[in-house]
Amino acid sequence: MNEKPLLQLTGISKAFPGCIANDDIDLEIAPGEIHALLGENGAGKSTLVKIIYGVLRPDQGRLCWRGEEVAIDNPASARSLGIGMVFQHFSLFESMTTLENVALALPPQDLDQLRERLETTAHDYGLTLHPDRHAYDLSMGERQRIEIVRCLLQNPSLLILDEPTSVLTPQETDTLFTTLRTLAAEGRSILYISHKLEEVRSLCDRATILRGGKRIDDCNPAQETAQSLAEKMIGRRVESAKGHTAPAAYEVRLKVTDLSVRSDQPHGTDIRDVSFSVHAGEILGIAGIAGNGQTELMNALSGETGPPQAGAIEILASDASQMGPMARRQLGAVFVPEERVGQAAVSDLSLVQNSFLTSAFRMGFVNHGLINWPGVGQYAKEILDEFDVKATGVDALVSSLSGGNLQKFIVGREILQSPQLLIVSQPTWGVDAGAAAAIHEQIQRLISAGAGALVISQDLDEIFALSDRIAVISQGTLSPPRPAGEVTTEQVGLLMGASRSISETASHAHA
Amino acid sequence: MLTLEARATQSAFAAWLSPLLALGLTALTGAMIFLAMGKAPGVALYIYFIEPLTSWSGLSEVAVKAGPLILIGMGLSLGFRAGVWNIGAEGQFIAGALLGSAPAVYFFESTNPLILPCMMLLGILGGMAWAAMPALLKTRFNANEILVSLMLVYVAELLLVHLVQGPWRNPEGWGFPGTRMFPDAALLPMFVPGYRVHLGTLIAVVIPFLAWFVLTRTRLGFQVRVFGSAPLAARHAGISSAQMVWTTLLVGGGLAGLAGVMEAASTIGQLMPKISPGYGFTAIIVAFLGRLHPVGVLLAGTAIAVTYIGGEGAQISAGLPKAVTGLFQGIILFYLLAFDLLTRYRLTRVGARGNTA
Repeated sequence: MNEKPLLQLTGISKAFPGCIANDDIDLEIAPGEIHALLGENGAGKSTLVKIIYGVLRPDQGRLCWRGEEVAIDNPASARSLGIGMVFQHFSLFESMTTLENVALALPPQDLDQLRERLETTAHDYGLTLHPDRHAYDLSMGERQRIEIVRCLLQNPSLLILDEPTSVLTPQETDTLFTTLRTLAAEGRSILYISHKLEEVRSLCDRATILRGGKRIDDCNPAQETAQSLAEKMIGRRVESAKGHTAPAAYEVRLKVTDLSVRSDQPHGTDIRDVSFSVHAGEILGIAGIAGNGQTELMNALSGETGPPQAGAIEILASDASQMGPMARRQLGAVFVPEERVGQAAVSDLSLVQNSFLTSAFRMGFVNHGLINWPGVGQYAKEILDEFDVKATGVDALVSSLSGGNLQKFIVGREILQSPQLLIVSQPTWGVDAGAAAAIHEQIQRLISAGAGALVISQDLDEIFALSDRIAVISQGTLSPPRPAGEVTTEQVGLLMGASRSISETASHAHA
Repeated sequence: MLTLEARATQSAFAAWLSPLLALGLTALTGAMIFLAMGKAPGVALYIYFIEPLTSWSGLSEVAVKAGPLILIGMGLSLGFRAGVWNIGAEGQFIAGALLGSAPAVYFFESTNPLILPCMMLLGILGGMAWAAMPALLKTRFNANEILVSLMLVYVAELLLVHLVQGPWRNPEGWGFPGTRMFPDAALLPMFVPGYRVHLGTLIAVVIPFLAWFVLTRTRLGFQVRVFGSAPLAARHAGISSAQMVWTTLLVGGGLAGLAGVMEAASTIGQLMPKISPGYGFTAIIVAFLGRLHPVGVLLAGTAIAVTYIGGEGAQISAGLPKAVTGLFQGIILFYLLAFDLLTRYRLTRVGARGNTA
């Protein structure tokens, strides 16, 4: 690349109280280049990108735009330079239409003209959009397309995408990549933030790898293997978790029959007629894109949202439908919900106190209403030791733990209760690779000891790595579980987007 | 431009320093107000904050005033910890005094020693009954407990006025509103002749330690703490929200009711149209000044009681208006809230620069 770089960062540093998020980072993006910013959670990717987009200011370092040094004070000045960004969490108003959401982000203008520009732009880049549909009605893929079009209407030279595929089906991901390649061919640059190695290898021209706030390497990802990229990203070899050994037994640990649950959230997803069972010695994986009823299913199984509207939940052959969470735990089940802080753990209580939260009765820590705190302390120490939780001690507050350590603690707290059934949602979401591998291994070990597990995850790699059987949740309904060996990623991907794409095609035909 | 930015960590030290700073600054502000009123600030402050503590009778009066504040503040702090905002303790106090006094009113010549325990029990039940209304409406219809409990204060006050002017009025009282004086058997025993310290004062000192034990050692106390700081985690742990609302409101109401009947059965010795100098509301300040902690409530209740007694002294010997007591309590709460904000947030200056595209 002999051209003058579009954006050049030199020696960027940014410190927060207690951590150096970016340490002397250099980055160069050429015009028309798709550049990956690769790193684990906490590597400093988000901080760097926020500096480029003017959300944060660097403590040190220089930013050069088309060869000239610039100060980007706020997102508005980033946009006026020609930098657009699609955030991981979309900023759309649920009750507004696509067109209205786009209009809000732009200077005031005539809506009919805007509609025309919107449709032309969407068409030119192969982005299917429906200007008059409300945001709450749209798939994650379409929401993301709104954000992208919103950026494109401002004609950016650099488009930043933060973990764009984390909410997409494999098919939607392919469509996105086609669009991004078209944009690059026009001479626009793309900064693509991800921790997914295969994507980066297939899409990006160059990759800058961050680890612990430092720039580790610049490379051409196509010439690397996934393994070599992973080693650069993590800093050591990663072993993939071994499978479990116990053969699936006939004994049923969880049986769900015709379950229907009304969501307690506005714009939530109702669960409709879901049936499945989990046997001893097996892991049933439920794949699906966020917001398709996973939270509702999880809370219905744990008993946190009360009895279901219809259907039955049997835990170890006892009807648990009418039971509360503690009674279900007494039957032999444990639960690890998706939300760690605030649901699975209380941030301003200590690890000892949090150990007690779900184990009160299963571990016999309550006697005539009195808590056996020395016993709980012992148990907390066991969790820390056996699950390699890094904390200053059992009296440390939950808020002082990193995401990965907290998740190891929560999973440890449940597994040490020797459950016969483990129900876990998003076991390794946002957790670093080392902790993720440790959590997977502990789950496998529990299954080898004869327990059954239900794993709900949006991460297809995780679903395939763990599951004996796989089902897909989509718009509150569940596909029939199939043995993992008999389904491919593509088939699962189709099921993930299935009913959504049917309804989209239908409404497209009307338009 | 100044903005507030959340602090990454909150220091426990700052949390306890904040009430002390608030008290100090209140004294300072008080001095300035006295100065503006043309009073010698040193003398006025001495009368206000120190004099009540320099004599046995002053200390006894402080203890007597602190009793109800501590009892009510303790019950409220339990609810506040759980995120249940009962601000109608004044009404529960009156309801407790009403129901608890019924035996003394109807058996005004009784010498049966059982009448006193019976009154205490009824006092607790009266406070609970008053608190049960916001609990029922909240758990059944999701009605806001702040509004319901507050409005019930006025109902209780009017009910009290109605009773002491109507059915319960002393027939030998020359038409003045008020019940008969309670019989001796219906009065709380006092310990030292000449001083008004009574059994209720002792109970008020013991209750916080009991509450401390419940909060730290029992599952119920643990549930209250979890429910207050993370409702979803409480749900995950199978803690029933309705049960928490009922428990904290009933305990808070019961303690306020007990304080009410003990006030009637000690220093007043009868029911009158007004039996509380705003204990139920002042106890809210006590709960927060005491950091919702049992020992803190004990100390804060004593400190606020000093302002009541000091205020009385200041009226008599320095000719200061009675409103100064309320003023001081208000200033304390103001500074406390300000310092609490600053323990959780820091002030930062943001550049006034900024352009819009």
